[in-house]
Amino acid sequence: MIEFRQVSKRFPDGTLAVSGLDLVIPARQTTVFVGSSGSGKTTILRMINRMVDPSSGSILIDGNDIGGLEPVALRRSIGYVMQNSGLLPHRTVLDNIATVPLLRGAKRGTAREHARELMAVVGLDPNLAQRYPAQLSGGQQQRVGVARGLAADPNILLMDEPFGAVDPIVRAELQVELQRIQRELGKTIVFVTHDIDEAFLLGDQVALLRHGGILAQLGAPRELLDNPADEFVSGFIDAGRPRSILR
Amino acid sequence: MTWIVANWDQIARYGLQHVWLSVPPIVAGTALSIPLGQLANRYRLSRGVLLSIGGILYAIPSLPLFVLLPSLLGTRILDPLNVEVALTIYALALMLRATADALASVDGQVTLSATAVGYGGWRRFWGVELPLAGPVILAGVRVVSASTVSLVTVGSLIGVNSLGFFFLDGYQRYFPTEIWVGIVGTVVIAVVFDLLLVLAGRLLMPWARPSRRAGRATATLLGVEAEPS
Ligand SMILES: Nc1ncnc2c1ncn2[C@@H]1O[C@H](COP(=O)(O)OP(=O)(O)O)[C@@H](O)[C@H]1O
Ligand SMILES: [Mg+2]
Repeated sequence: MIEFRQVSKRFPDGTLAVSGLDLVIPARQTTVFVGSSGSGKTTILRMINRMVDPSSGSILIDGNDIGGLEPVALRRSIGYVMQNSGLLPHRTVLDNIATVPLLRGAKRGTAREHARELMAVVGLDPNLAQRYPAQLSGGQQQRVGVARGLAADPNILLMDEPFGAVDPIVRAELQVELQRIQRELGKTIVFVTHDIDEAFLLGDQVALLRHGGILAQLGAPRELLDNPADEFVSGFIDAGRPRSILR
Repeated sequence: MTWIVANWDQIARYGLQHVWLSVPPIVAGTALSIPLGQLANRYRLSRGVLLSIGGILYAIPSLPLFVLLPSLLGTRILDPLNVEVALTIYALALMLRATADALASVDGQVTLSATAVGYGGWRRFWGVELPLAGPVILAGVRVVSASTVSLVTVGSLIGVNSLGFFFLDGYQRYFPTEIWVGIVGTVVIAVVFDLLLVLAGRLLMPWARPSRRAGRATATLLGVEAEPS
């Protein structure tokens, strides 16, 4: 379980990216932060693994304030998947997946063996193991990214618009695949997207943000659809609708 | 031809000496350029200062530097160390900008993602940033290698002998064959070094082959032709 307690973030240039965020992210469920570009989604996600520290307020993981934890160790215990995969261009698929276990001191052989198993989990052809990221399609790169995020078997998986840069057909495939993985593994997933359809599809709980990282509404997809808190919420949901009819 | 056969021992000896005089400055200049290049990228001030010093050092003519160094280093006038130090200074002056630019050109998204999965600063530098800067650094090392192999010959003027001895001796004796031996031998060493560097790059950076934009960009920048594919 991850708790945000009155968390705000103001960057040194004065930008208020997150204001007074107060919410609970339940364990073993998928919580999706959705909002338009610049609404503070990435900042919120990065505060969970201390890539960014809050200006005020505190964040707790299973009751422990992460402000007191060592950032590098914390990051190795949390999976992170980002847009455009963020894979290491000079490492093979297998070694990319094994990155975190290797950082944590696992033996190379063991780590690679486990990476091979993870390729199967995320639906990657085993023949791709020795390729470099540049030799993969966008969808394959994202699968490698997900496998890397899972490699150290973290409880928490942070995903920052992981499917934002792939075409709609591949995105739909990856979304289904993530749902299957989540059914099997039951991670605490914190997922960020600007796509309301994706948020409703994947989220057990959806947190809709307005500009400045202000929580507009938090709830299950049905609650947001049936009882939008205000016009901003219904407007944001409606703006996403016509696209979904076309799909 | 008979001269070459008759003097083969000396040619081989000076050739070998040429190689041994060239390698340390190339290695030392490259190695020193890594921390200094990183420092140059850190602050605007350090960048300006370091790159300016690099430019000025490179402009010092080599012969006076060879002659001057013994008094600065406390070495004997014939000590090969004078030449090594002078050539390291030139190598560093050239490599500094190449390495600084190479490190600065590493994709910020990749380093950010490395941080996100738990690379600490030190490990990220050696495991991610430096290897990814590798192709551009290598392009710089190739230039420095060629320039060092050629500059070593100047050492012959102050008695630190290499194949440069043959230009000097051949010139004094009006004996073209000997001059040609010096020139061709120097070029052969430079070409062999270059081939070894390219080979090392292929072996150490197999991932760099599909996209060669980085290497080509620097090669063009340095006015060197990109290697043929
Ligand atoms: N390092 C930073 N320095 C200053 N402003 C930043 C920084 N990172 C993000 N911001 C600003 O904070 C706001 C939220 O950014 P971000 O969290 O990236 O939003 P999102 O991921 O929802 O697009 C934006 O206005 C952005 O410009
Ligand atoms: Mg973002």
